[in-house]
Amino acid sequence: MTILTLLIPVTLVMGAVGLGAFFWSLHSGQYEDLSGDAERILFDEDDKPLAAYPPGHSGTTKEKTP
Amino acid sequence: MRVISEKHDRKVRPAPSGPVTRAERSASVRPAANGHGVCLISVPNISCGACVARIERALIDCPGVVAARANLTLRQVRVTLTDANTDPSPGYEALAALGYTARPLDPSDTEPASAQQDGPDLLRCIAVAGFGAMNVMLLSVAVWSGAEATTRDTFHLISALIAVPVVAYAGQPFFRSALVVLRGGRLNMDVPIALAVLLALALSLSELLQGGDHVFFDAAVTLLFFLLTGRYLDQLMRDRARSAVTGLARLSPKGAMARGPDGSLEWIALHAVAKGMILHIDAGERVPVDVRILHGDTDLDRSLVTGEAMPVAASPGTELEAGTLNLTGGIEVEVLRPVAESFLAEMMRMLSAAETSRSTYVRIADRAARLYAPVVHLLAVATFAGWLLVTGDWQVSAFVAISVLIITCPCALGLAVPVAQVVAAGRLMRSGILMKDGSALERLAQIDRAVFDKTGTLTTGTPMVTSCFEGEAEQREASKALAMQSRHPAAQAIAAHLPEVACEVADAVEVPGFGVEGRVHGRRARLGRARWVAEIAADPQAATGPAFAFEGAPALSFDLSETLRPGAVDTISDMQSSGIPVTMLSGDDAARVAQVAETLGIAEAHHGMTPARKVGVLEDLRDRGHRALMVGDGLNDTAALAAAHVSMAPSTAADAGRTAADFVFLRDGLDAVATAQDVARATARVVRQNFGLAIAYNCIAIPLAVAGLVTPLIAALAMSASSILVIGNSLRLNGKRAAAPLQSVERGPVAIPA
Repeated sequence: MTILTLLIPVTLVMGAVGLGAFFWSLHSGQYEDLSGDAERILFDEDDKPLAAYPPGHSGTTKEKTP
Repeated sequence: MRVISEKHDRKVRPAPSGPVTRAERSASVRPAANGHGVCLISVPNISCGACVARIERALIDCPGVVAARANLTLRQVRVTLTDANTDPSPGYEALAALGYTARPLDPSDTEPASAQQDGPDLLRCIAVAGFGAMNVMLLSVAVWSGAEATTRDTFHLISALIAVPVVAYAGQPFFRSALVVLRGGRLNMDVPIALAVLLALALSLSELLQGGDHVFFDAAVTLLFFLLTGRYLDQLMRDRARSAVTGLARLSPKGAMARGPDGSLEWIALHAVAKGMILHIDAGERVPVDVRILHGDTDLDRSLVTGEAMPVAASPGTELEAGTLNLTGGIEVEVLRPVAESFLAEMMRMLSAAETSRSTYVRIADRAARLYAPVVHLLAVATFAGWLLVTGDWQVSAFVAISVLIITCPCALGLAVPVAQVVAAGRLMRSGILMKDGSALERLAQIDRAVFDKTGTLTTGTPMVTSCFEGEAEQREASKALAMQSRHPAAQAIAAHLPEVACEVADAVEVPGFGVEGRVHGRRARLGRARWVAEIAADPQAATGPAFAFEGAPALSFDLSETLRPGAVDTISDMQSSGIPVTMLSGDDAARVAQVAETLGIAEAHHGMTPARKVGVLEDLRDRGHRALMVGDGLNDTAALAAAHVSMAPSTAADAGRTAADFVFLRDGLDAVATAQDVARATARVVRQNFGLAIAYNCIAIPLAVAGLVTPLIAALAMSASSILVIGNSLRLNGKRAAAPLQSVERGPVAIPA
């Protein structure tokens, strides 16, 4: 049963990593335009998601792509 | 030409919005991080990925643009400019060149920031609750499968360490809502939810301290997860509908060009416009406040005021209401009343009065909560008292009473309404109908009266040429050429009707209120009002509709009429045969109203209705105990839309009308009304079944809980099973016969003398 002292923390850490990844994706604006992103996958050029900055929130702009 | 295709119809319709002034565009640029400027542009006709790529590529090539990002969901483009003082006009011109309608998006137009933040916050809560539910469940399964002694206590302890922070974070939406409602002395579903979750947590903690067998950490956390999912779906549906509605082009002007004492023109914001100021209103612009014309002749589209699209001629001395569209000539006007007293402001006051009177409607879920919450709480108290009397052990009694509260936590009940409504909203959206909120569906299912506006709702509101002279090709070419010189809807209808290629016109002049004059092949020609054309024509007799003539040649006339919306006849007859009497309200004159009423078979038709009288009719219906559906467009219908039990507006409606209506239909056909009603009724049925399921679940679970037989395992199984049943039942709404594709019978134009 001592293996549990290792397994339970591992489970929790893995869950927390998933949760953190979700928070990051939410913050980086990946849920802002779901139907648009579905179409963007078909573009030839490399296309990155727009950094989220709702009004009053400081963020960064995407630099000009060729 | 009796058949009018949808495409043709759209071409004739004038652009929904006037041009935007340069000053207005510049005012929409806001400073952002890194010294850049940002402006949000509403582009209602972005429709696919190709549009997104085309728009971004065109904008990025414009001078001063650093980045451009189109959002297909919100139909907006966010443009980043080099700095806040950059003129965004090249971007607008690039969009116009591609054929997209673009208007600056004022942040005050959109919902307050707090409403926009709700979505991500709820998502975060769901994620946290999901994380907690999975981990706690993992430990609980181990306990249920027979973990004992220290192992079990350790697992309980770990569960507690996860569950307490998770509930504290993810339960906030329910706790806040329950607090607000309790302070107001009322009850809603969130009160039993918050109570059950908190008590489950408290009971489990006390069990944990005493080393007991039964802890409900998993129940508390999974409950939150299910309920948050229901709430998020509800939120998502409302947001999507709202953004689409506000994303469509705005009609009311944000400011005006004022003539200074030195004769210069300057753009001033609407709130700065004062009585006595002199304003200049160009052709194609909307009148921002109530004014009187000082100089200039023009034609006016007063459709926002009267609901009628046929232009009215105006000359110096005419008083114009705010919201009137100036069609053909530039005018100088004097401001008669301050903004707050204008016709538009008056309409807004009527609207808010009508809205307050409707806000008394209580949603089904809240009505259920009013009954459910006291019953459940009394039951728990009674259980506690009963057990205390019988056993005399207050700890056991408390455990049983709390388990009653946990098992009756309205999980299935909380999902019963939102899931059904989200599925219904998805189906409506596929049929091109947007819905403001779920209560609208409930109200639509209850209607027993229908009230329709005429122009713009039953008819398309755009004139169509129904018959045209049999002249020579030269005359038709010249007519088309002259018609193309004007913005007048009649001229646009003529230009769209004639298939000929326009010939050259020299010296074309538009005489506001009369028509267009020019030289074609060296001959003077006129297209416009029959009497004005007859001045130069050979025969002096005047026709009724617009006419065309070469100098000295006979005058030739066009017949213009209104067209019925596709599906209007079927929709009205279906409604009447299903026992919903239909009334028509119109600001138009008696003859035309009677003609449309006869064509559609409407018995009760009122003509010459002012906005206030429309509201009066609806209030009268309400006082007599009827629940009326109002379908209308136009600013003149706005207050009536808000006063009705439930309302619908076409997407071509005035902005205020779209905002006031509960449903907005995007397609041309009026059969959207019938579709929405069908979906609403199906939804009401499914919601009733869901309540039935939830009650059946309670009938089984409550006796078990009162008898003290509920263990955490039984609670987890029963609650999940009831939620899944309700969700599955709601999904059946999707499978019901899909909305028929819009292939309604096209009707020929109804001949209504223009």
